[in-house]
Amino acid sequence: MTSTEPPPGRMEPPVTPTSEPFWEATKQRQLVLQWCTECERAIFFPRDNCPVCLGSSLDWRPASGRGVVHSVTVETSSPNPAIAGGDPYAVALVDLEEGVRMMSNIVGCPPGEVAVGQAVQVTWAQLSDGRHLPQFERRE
Amino acid sequence: MATLRGAAAIVGVADDASPTGELSLSGRALETAMIEQALEDAGLSITDVDGICHVNSSVAMAEYLGIHPRYTESTSTGGSSYEIHVEHAAAAINAGLADVIVSVYASTPRSDRKRGGRGGPGRGRPPMMMMGPNPAAEWEMPYGIRMPMGPYALAATRHMAEFGTTAEQLAQIAVSTRDWATMNPKARFQEPMTIDDVLASPMQTTPLHLLDCCLVTDGAGAFVMTSAERAKDLRKPPVYVLGAGTCHDHQMISQMPNLTTTAGAISGPNAFAMAGIKPSDVSLLMGYDSFTITALLHLEDLGFCAKGEGGPFVEDAKIGPGGSLPMNTNGGGLSYTHPGMYGMFLIAESVRQLRGECGKRQVQGADVAVAHGSGGVLSCMSTIVFGTEGTLS
Repeated sequence: MTSTEPPPGRMEPPVTPTSEPFWEATKQRQLVLQWCTECERAIFFPRDNCPVCLGSSLDWRPASGRGVVHSVTVETSSPNPAIAGGDPYAVALVDLEEGVRMMSNIVGCPPGEVAVGQAVQVTWAQLSDGRHLPQFERRE
Repeated sequence: MATLRGAAAIVGVADDASPTGELSLSGRALETAMIEQALEDAGLSITDVDGICHVNSSVAMAEYLGIHPRYTESTSTGGSSYEIHVEHAAAAINAGLADVIVSVYASTPRSDRKRGGRGGPGRGRPPMMMMGPNPAAEWEMPYGIRMPMGPYALAATRHMAEFGTTAEQLAQIAVSTRDWATMNPKARFQEPMTIDDVLASPMQTTPLHLLDCCLVTDGAGAFVMTSAERAKDLRKPPVYVLGAGTCHDHQMISQMPNLTTTAGAISGPNAFAMAGIKPSDVSLLMGYDSFTITALLHLEDLGFCAKGEGGPFVEDAKIGPGGSLPMNTNGGGLSYTHPGMYGMFLIAESVRQLRGECGKRQVQGADVAVAHGSGGVLSCMSTIVFGTEGTLS
């Protein structure tokens, strides 16, 4: 796993009390997911209740960091300069092995080469406060 | 099963937009002008109104108008808000909560931008419905997804990967819609275009080109609804609500259960069942076209073709003038107007088509029109089936 300098001006995610364990773990470049201990089911995005049973018995467990690209778009027209220095970049929905889907960037390859079904693994972009933003790169 | 079929009718409509994309009025003055025109269309006056719908504040709107409504409605789901206003207004009238209900919309992003005020949605700005607690700020926006087109692009990419849908097929939707706009003198763009024109327009966020995307224009509109009984004596032929259905299944695109099937697959069949119709009974479809992919998903989810066959379905221009399923006969959000929440224009055009008031673009013999609104990022779908008096029996 690699780490990159925070680009100036990237919109950094706020931290809520509910999501604090997620962001704390990113300081060690660890991807963790919330699980409902009743349903034995991973939850994303983090919340205070399981979206299936509405129970509040939730805990945090390490995630494998592996997933598959469910869909992708390349921001080509006036891309956000804080993301890739003004170059086009890939925004994807990634289906994680644990059964949840998250939005992220696919980095480390030309954005136009990212295809639906591509296997990916987590990598980290540094944020300004010691946290890291989970992104994904291709894997074998 | 509870039904609204035939209980209430739209008796007045108004809408405004212009080829320049700009209107001279704005804000409350524009909203009031729309209400006055819609009431005039109905042969009613503001003193008849005892119900008000407004996406920001029905209370503030009523205060401005100086009315004291006994039915108030501020549902705000983005572009589908006005279909939901129809649904709720019909239910309220059916239940005796009000006699005459008005809904109004006005937005002038193009003029506002020129005046240096706030413009339409821009990069990094959440869609209107994401105000308040906003998980998108934490889980989507840091990745630089362009709003609102990025989420639709993700749906389009997935549809292409699953079903082989092509950029040319998506472009055909924009081309057929433009063909309708050539017959709407108020449309922003009235010159015919080709698939090549769409594909040659600048790529926005793959696979959507500029001409796959809706306009950003000033626009406004209003509708007036009353009971079926009262509607009979008014100025214009009533346009009855035959069926209504609503469903939403996510707010953020990353939470959409299935990127290629919207909640319209619930709202549409429910509305059709209430109306007692099937897709082949529909004279015209006003299907919210924020993007070409949006319209394609509606065709599938409402059952006009099977899931995944939207691309081949539109290829022969059957949704254009002279085709078997006229869609977005006013020129749509792609070529007529799109001020941000386009749902009101679906209603105005449906009503005018069923009255036979559409001039060159009139769909001959139209008796059933479907207005299908989409709000958020394919988030909240609401389907209204309208019919003429002849469809009631």
